[in-house]
Amino acid sequence: MLKFLIQTVTLIPGDGIGPEISTAVMKIFEAAKAPIQWEERNVTAIKGPGGRWMIPPEAKESMDKNKIGLKGPLKTPIAAGHPSMNLLLRKTFDLYANVRPCVSIEGYKTPYTDVDLVTIRENTEGEYSGIEHLIVDGVVQSIKLITEEASRRIAEYAFEYARNNQRTSVTAVHKANIMRMSDGLFLRKCREVAENYKDVKFTEMYLDTVCLNMVQDPSQFDVLVMPNLYGDILSDLCAGLIGGLGVTPSGNIGAHGVAIFESVHGTAPDIAGKDLANPTALLLSAVMMLRHMGLHGHAKKIETACFDTIREKKVLTKDLGGNSKCSEFTADICRRVQDMD
Amino acid sequence: MMAAALRGRLVTLAKGLSGARLQPLCARSLSVTSSQNVSESPPARADSTFKVTMVPGDGVGPELMTAVKEVFKAADVPVEFEEFHLSEVQNMASEEKLEEVLSSMKNNRVAIKGKIHTPMEYKGELASYEMRLRRKLDLFANVVHVNSLPGYSTRHNNLDLVIIREQTEGEYSSLEHESVSGVVECLKIITRDKSRRIAKFAFDYATKKGRSKVTAVHKANIMKLGDGLFLQSCAEVAELYPRIKYETIIIDNCCMQLVQNPYQFDVLVMPNLYGNIIDNLAAGLVGGAGVVPGESFSAEYAVFETGARHPFAQAVGRNIANPTAMLLSASNMLRHLNLEYHSNMVSEAVKKVIKQGKVRTRDLGGYSTTGDFVRAVVDNMRHRTV
Repeated sequence: MLKFLIQTVTLIPGDGIGPEISTAVMKIFEAAKAPIQWEERNVTAIKGPGGRWMIPPEAKESMDKNKIGLKGPLKTPIAAGHPSMNLLLRKTFDLYANVRPCVSIEGYKTPYTDVDLVTIRENTEGEYSGIEHLIVDGVVQSIKLITEEASRRIAEYAFEYARNNQRTSVTAVHKANIMRMSDGLFLRKCREVAENYKDVKFTEMYLDTVCLNMVQDPSQFDVLVMPNLYGDILSDLCAGLIGGLGVTPSGNIGAHGVAIFESVHGTAPDIAGKDLANPTALLLSAVMMLRHMGLHGHAKKIETACFDTIREKKVLTKDLGGNSKCSEFTADICRRVQDMD
Repeated sequence: MMAAALRGRLVTLAKGLSGARLQPLCARSLSVTSSQNVSESPPARADSTFKVTMVPGDGVGPELMTAVKEVFKAADVPVEFEEFHLSEVQNMASEEKLEEVLSSMKNNRVAIKGKIHTPMEYKGELASYEMRLRRKLDLFANVVHVNSLPGYSTRHNNLDLVIIREQTEGEYSSLEHESVSGVVECLKIITRDKSRRIAKFAFDYATKKGRSKVTAVHKANIMKLGDGLFLQSCAEVAELYPRIKYETIIIDNCCMQLVQNPYQFDVLVMPNLYGNIIDNLAAGLVGGAGVVPGESFSAEYAVFETGARHPFAQAVGRNIANPTAMLLSASNMLRHLNLEYHSNMVSEAVKKVIKQGKVRTRDLGGYSTTGDFVRAVVDNMRHRTV
C-alpha cells in the first residue's frame, strides 16, 4: 500500500455553522484515512503596529508554512471598523484566482441536469478595485482597473488548470465591444497566453451571450475565465444552476503556491450549534483541495461517498429536502468511505 | 330620372360648398363618400399613414425587417417606413448618415431597429454608433418584456417579468484611458439625476401596468458610492409610490435567484451593465433572443427592437432567424401608435403560430425557415374569425 506523506493544512473553522461543518469534514477525512493533519487557526482581524488591520500573525505564519488552507464561512461585522475578512485574506496572500467547479449533483435535482463547467475569476482588480470618487454632488465615478500583469496571470492559471484537469477548452468572457480598452487588454492577454497552450481550445464570448446561452444549454461550456465582476456574477449564476451555495465548492489560488479552499455560503447564525447544518459545500471544497494536492484517490473516494449519500436521499439535511441532522449525514458518509476500503 | 335629380342635387351641393362663403372652411377637395357619415369598424385607412424610421442594422436585422414589412403589408397596417442603412462593420458608417438617421427619428418620433453591431476595434471614437444614437436621442430607458410563450415549454413556464434598464450612463460611459502602459482605467459614472429618472420611469411604468413590486438590482456592498447612489435614488422615488412594493437585491444573488426561482420577481430596475446581463439571462429563461421584444424610451421618442440585442451574424442569409421577437416588438409599436386593432391582429397571429407548434424555427427546436414562419403568421391573420 502506498504510504502517503502526512501534510499539514491550516483549518479556519469560521463563524456560525463554521465549526460544526469543519468538525464534520475532519471526521470524514479521518474515516477516509486521508494523510492530512489539521492546524486550526482564527483569522479575526487585529490592529497591527502602525494601526493597519491585519490577520493574527499565528494565522499568517501557519498559512505561509503549510501553503494550503481550508476555510469555513466568516461573518462580516458591520461597524467593526475593520474591512471584510475575506478582503483582508485576499490582500494578505494575493489570492488572485477564484476557481469554482460547478457540476450537477446526481440526486439533487435542479432544472439543469448537465452542468460541468469551471469558472475562473480574476480576484484582485477589475471593478472591485474600490476606487470611487464623488466628483460633484450627485455624480459618482467608480474606476475599473485592468492591468496587463493581472490579466496575463489569470489567463495563465486558467490554461494551466485546463491542462492539469483534462479540460478541453477555455473561454474568455468579456465585454470588449463596449469597454474596448479595458476588456480589450484583458482579451489580448488571453489570446497571447493561448498561443502557448495549443493543446487547449480557446474561444471568446461576450458576457451577455454567455448568460443567454448558459440558461438554455449549460453543457456547451467548459472552463470560463474572466475579470472580477463578470466572474462574481457568473460564478453565482452557475452555483444557482446546480443547486445554490450550499453545495458549491470554491478555491482561491494565491501567489507563492498558497491556496485557500472555502465554502461560499453564509454563516447561517439561525441554525448554528443545532446540528442542522449541511457540510456539503465545505466537504466538496476540501475534495477540491485534495485534488490540488495531488491526492486524487482520496478525493474520489470522499466525493463518491458524498454523492452516494445525497443520491440515496435517506439522511439529507433540511436544505437538501430531508430531515436529518448534520451528524447523521456525516456518519453516513463516513460509513460509506470506510466500506470502500 | 331619380339618378339625374340626385346628380343635380350633388352638383348644387358641391357648388354651394365651394362657394365664396364656405371656401375657407373646406380647403380640401370634397369627395362624396366622406360627406356621408360611415361609422368605421376596422379603422379605415385615414388620409395619413404613420411614418416610422427603420434601421435594419447588421446581421439578421435586414431579414427581420423584411418579415415585419411582409406582415404589415398583409395586415394592411397604415405605417410607412423610412429606411436607413447604418452600420459600423459594413463600411456604411459616417457622420452624415448618423445625422440623417437622427433627424428622421426626431421627425417621426417612432422607430424600429435591428442591432447595429459594435466591432471590437475602434478608430479614435470609443463610443459605438448604438451608444451615440442612444445618447443623442437620450433614450434612457430600455424595457424588456419577458413573457413565456403559450405552447412553448422551457424550464420555467408562465414567467411574466419586466426588466427596466438605464442605458445612457453607468459602465457604458466610454471613458477609458491607459494611465501607463499596461494599466487601463475604465470609468463607471452614476448620477443622481439619471438614477432618479430611471427609478421614476420604473415606478410610473409599474403603476400604469398594474404591477405590484419593483426590485432594484445593485452591487452597493462593493461599489458603495456608485451603486450606493443608485440605490438611494431608487429609495427616494419609491417613497412617492406607497402602493408599489420596493425591494433591493444584489446582482449576483439576483442571477442565482433567477435560475432557481424567477417567480419572486415582478419589475426589475437597474443600471446599464447589470441590465445587459439580466436582459439576456431572462431572455434565455423563456426561449432565447428570438422571442423577447424590447423597446427604448426617451421623453419624446420611442424605439422598438428586440429584448436581447445580438446581430446573430452566423445566421445571415440562411433564413433561420426567428422573427417572433421583432414581430412582437412591432406589435408593441402599433399599440404605441394607438393602432390597437392592428397591434392585436399581429400579436395574436404570432402567438397562435407558436402555440400550434407546427411551424417552429431552429432556436425553438423546429426546422422551419424565417419565411415559413412569416407565411404562417400571414395565413393566421387572413383566416382569423372577426
